[in-house]
Formats: sequence, C-alpha cells, structure tokens
Amino acid sequence: MSSENVSKAEPRHLRRLTLIWLVLSVVLDLLYWFLVGPHVPPGRMTSTAASDQTDFNILMVIAMPVLIGVWEYLLYASVIWRSKRAGVPESVGGPSAAGNKKAEVSWIVITSVVVLLLAIFGTVEVVVGHGSGGGEGPNPIWMPAGAVKADTAALAGTGTWTPGSNQVLPVQVIGQQWKWTYRYPTFGGFESSQLILPNNTSIEFNVTSLDVIHSFWAYQLEVKADANPQVNNVAFTETQHLGNFTVRCSELCGIWHGSMFNYGKVVSQSDFMKWATTTEAANAQNTQYLPAFAWTYVPDANGAAGGYYPDGKLTPYSAVETYGAKQPNS
Amino acid sequence: MSKGGRLATVLGLFLVAVGLVVWAVASFLTPGVPGGVMNFTNTQAAGQPVNLTVQTVGDLGFGSHPTWVSYMVKDPTTGQWVHDTSWKLPANTVVNMTVIQYDSGSPLRNQEWGQVQGTINGSATLNGNPLSVYNSNTGNGVAHTFAVPAIDLSVPLVGVSGSLTICDLAPCHLNSPHNTETFSFKTPGAGTYSWQCFVPCGLGYLFGNGGPMSTQNYMGGELEVVG
Repeated sequence: MSSENVSKAEPRHLRRLTLIWLVLSVVLDLLYWFLVGPHVPPGRMTSTAASDQTDFNILMVIAMPVLIGVWEYLLYASVIWRSKRAGVPESVGGPSAAGNKKAEVSWIVITSVVVLLLAIFGTVEVVVGHGSGGGEGPNPIWMPAGAVKADTAALAGTGTWTPGSNQVLPVQVIGQQWKWTYRYPTFGGFESSQLILPNNTSIEFNVTSLDVIHSFWAYQLEVKADANPQVNNVAFTETQHLGNFTVRCSELCGIWHGSMFNYGKVVSQSDFMKWATTTEAANAQNTQYLPAFAWTYVPDANGAAGGYYPDGKLTPYSAVETYGAKQPNS
Repeated sequence: MSKGGRLATVLGLFLVAVGLVVWAVASFLTPGVPGGVMNFTNTQAAGQPVNLTVQTVGDLGFGSHPTWVSYMVKDPTTGQWVHDTSWKLPANTVVNMTVIQYDSGSPLRNQEWGQVQGTINGSATLNGNPLSVYNSNTGNGVAHTFAVPAIDLSVPLVGVSGSLTICDLAPCHLNSPHNTETFSFKTPGAGTYSWQCFVPCGLGYLFGNGGPMSTQNYMGGELEVVG
C-alpha cells in the first residue's frame, strides 16, 4: 500500500473530534445546568449561598468541556491510533506527536484564557458579593450600603431595625468553649443561644471569641468566618428564603468541639421583630449585667473572668476589661 | 559503626518516633479515663420523673488528679456518691435535678451563663429561693454551671464564700459550706448529649479550659438518653 493511499483513506480527525466534543459538551452541560445545578450545595437561602451555587455551576459548565475534551482525545487516540492499526504512525512519542506547534499553542492559549477568565470572574464575584460570606477581618473593604451607619449606631447603642426598613442588621457571634452565643446590638445588646434572622435583610456577622480560635460556619447561609479572641471578623450576607440552618464550629477547639453546633432560623421580618423584642424583654435583667456592646472583649487568659477567684488571693483582677466581669470598686 | 548498626539505629529511632506520635494522638483523642455510666432508667416507673442528685467539689481529693475540680453523682440505688459523669436517662422524661455546690465562685467570663435557661418554666431554686438570673459580679460569684448545649439547658451554680473552709475531699457532706440548687428539665429523644461546665475552672490551664475542663469524668460528661 502506498503512502498516498493511506493519506486518502485517513478521516479528518480534528473535525470528527471537534464535532463529538461539541455535542457531548452541550448535552452534558445542559443536563448538568438544569438537572443537577439547582440542587448543588449550599442552596439559595442567602445571597452568598445563591451566588456561590451559581458560581460553582458556572465553573462546572466551563470545566466539563475541558474534561470531556481530554477524555475524548485519550479514548479516541487509544482506539483510532493504536499501534496495531497497520500503516498508522505511533500515537505517543511518534513523529505525529512531536513538534505539532498548532496543537501545543492552541492548548496553552485556550487553557490560559480559561484560567484567567475564571480568576477574573472569581474576583468580581467576591467583590460584588461583599466578600461572598467569608470573614473579611475587622476592616472589611467590601461592605453593603448602610453597614457603616449600622456599625456606628451599634456601638453607640442607638441602632434601630424595623421590618421593611431595608437596614443592615449587625449580629455579633461569640465563640466560647464550647458553644456559640449571639448578641443583637440593635435590640439593647441582649445575648442569646439562638440565632434568628429576618428574611430579605442584609446581615453583618461580627465574629469573635472569648477564648481559643473557633470558626463560625453557617453552611446553608454560606457564611464562614474564623472566631479569634480579640479580633472582630466581619462577614456579610443577605437572607433570601425562610428556613432552618446549622451552625458548626469548623476549627478543632477542644474536647467538646464536636458538640459545638446549634440550629438557626430565617423567619419573616415580622416574626423576627416579635422574637427580638420578646427576647430583649425576657433577657433584660441579665443584659444589664453584660459588658457594654463592643466588637471584641478581653477575658483574662487564666481562670475565670478577672482572676482565679474573687478573693483575689491567687491572682489580682485583670487590668483590662473582662467580658462579663466588672472591676471591683476598691 | 557498621552499615547494619547504623541501619538498626535509624530504624530504632524511627520506631520510637512513630510510637511517640501514636501515643500523642491516642492521648489527644482519649483524654482521661471515662468513668462508668450511672443508670437512671430503672429507678422509677415508666414516664415518672427521674431524681438526679449531683455535687460539685473544688478538690476531688483522690484519684490521678486529686486537686482537680469535679462533679460526683449519687447512685439512685445505693445512695452512695460515685465519680461518674455519664448518666443513662430515659427519653422524653422529666428529670428533677438537685445540685449541691461546695466550691467557691468568681465572676463569669460570659454573664450569659448567669441566666437560668432551658429548665421547665425557666426556673430554678437556690437554697429554696427562686432563681432566674444571678449577677456573677456580685456576692460569691458563680462556681460552675450545669449546661447541656444541645438542648439549650444552662443553670448557674452559685459559689460559696471563698473565706470559708471549702470542702477539699470528695464526697463532701452537708456540714461543709454549700449551696443547694434544684431545677427540672425534660430529656430529649434518644441520643448522646454532652454536658459541661461553662466556668473556665481549670485553674492554671490556658483560658481555664484545660485540665478538668478538657478531661473526661471531671467537668463534663454525657447524657446517654435511651428510648
């Protein structure tokens, strides 16, 4: 058989590969987007959850054709260019695989463009999503409108929030071995073991710790922020659907770390108002004994609040403000 | 040293290192030795409340950590005090709890735990008087709390005066300075629920939450709730 006959019989591999790749990619991407995508965690309870779900789905839709292309080529090459086929050059290491500039440049350019676009896309999503529910540290740079005003009012004890007001609601998350508690500065600064949030509201989580490092992870809200002692780690989200969610500690923090979880709830704005005002009144007696609302608190490193015991024989009271402990008069 | 000798030395050191790592991991995963499980499921007729009596002591006075603070529980059958912090309880049943508190107190790190939470009617009694909130910055402060985080149960256990002679050998007796607190709560469905103290009472340990606060059978335990 002459070489002329071989080249005439050879099909147009690139066209064939491209066609198969295109059909498979479109079909599988559409199936994924419409059948799987809506069920991908973390759901759509908040703006950050919805945004992250969409982002994940977009990444999948972009990544799947790449994966399909690689697998398809491997399979195609294994079958069509296998060495047993007479008259066909060796597929790996042979002359056809070496120095194919067109293929090499195409691969590098296409994958580079995809990766760069994804990097830009991811960055834009983080900025537009006010940090995408991640802790931004004590001085967040991506804040929703009204957050600064709400923060100022929270510290001054003059914050207000009413249904339909479209105001940012600051909620302080306090980690301690081994439970989360929550302070609501807009409602007199009461503290509660329950995390209740109003629907359709921008929430500002101010996450801190009274002892070791914890990590506040409300998975369905797509909010995750480390709780560091003496640090206010701020994370934002906006509630969009009613429902229950789970709060876990995602930083190994000691013997009862596994028990450091509780359940929160996104309720209607009117129900939240009812709960907040009722709890504020019910906890009023205890709230007066709490320290003034602050972004962070400074407990003593050893023993309970200001010293080992109030008789002060072991250590004197701490010179710094302690959470829940007032300085003795004398 | 011969090649064989050097190889044996390296292997020996490697095995020692592996042994140390295994020991460290095992020690971390199983801090302390769990005590037994006190059974409260057959001490009363089905559906009837369970009476559970515990005491808190500043110094246990025995065992491998005699200076550590701990809880003890009264055996419902024999009436003897036992050093077990895991208790088997029937599900969905009222537990009438009595805590005899023998330790001195301090201001709470988080006054949130000065509020009685999760008990039936949100109430408790302190030496026969109603207790709903205790300001830990006053008086003798709070010595410990009894808390089951999973059911939002938390009761402050008020301290006795540090100027008195505090019981330092468990089990303590009523002739030592003490406070008696009572409250009731309902057990949830079957499952294992951890309970703990929220006062960082592990003296000398980082943030007060090491030592007895981080070792089984001292300042925490489990409720084994069975259906």
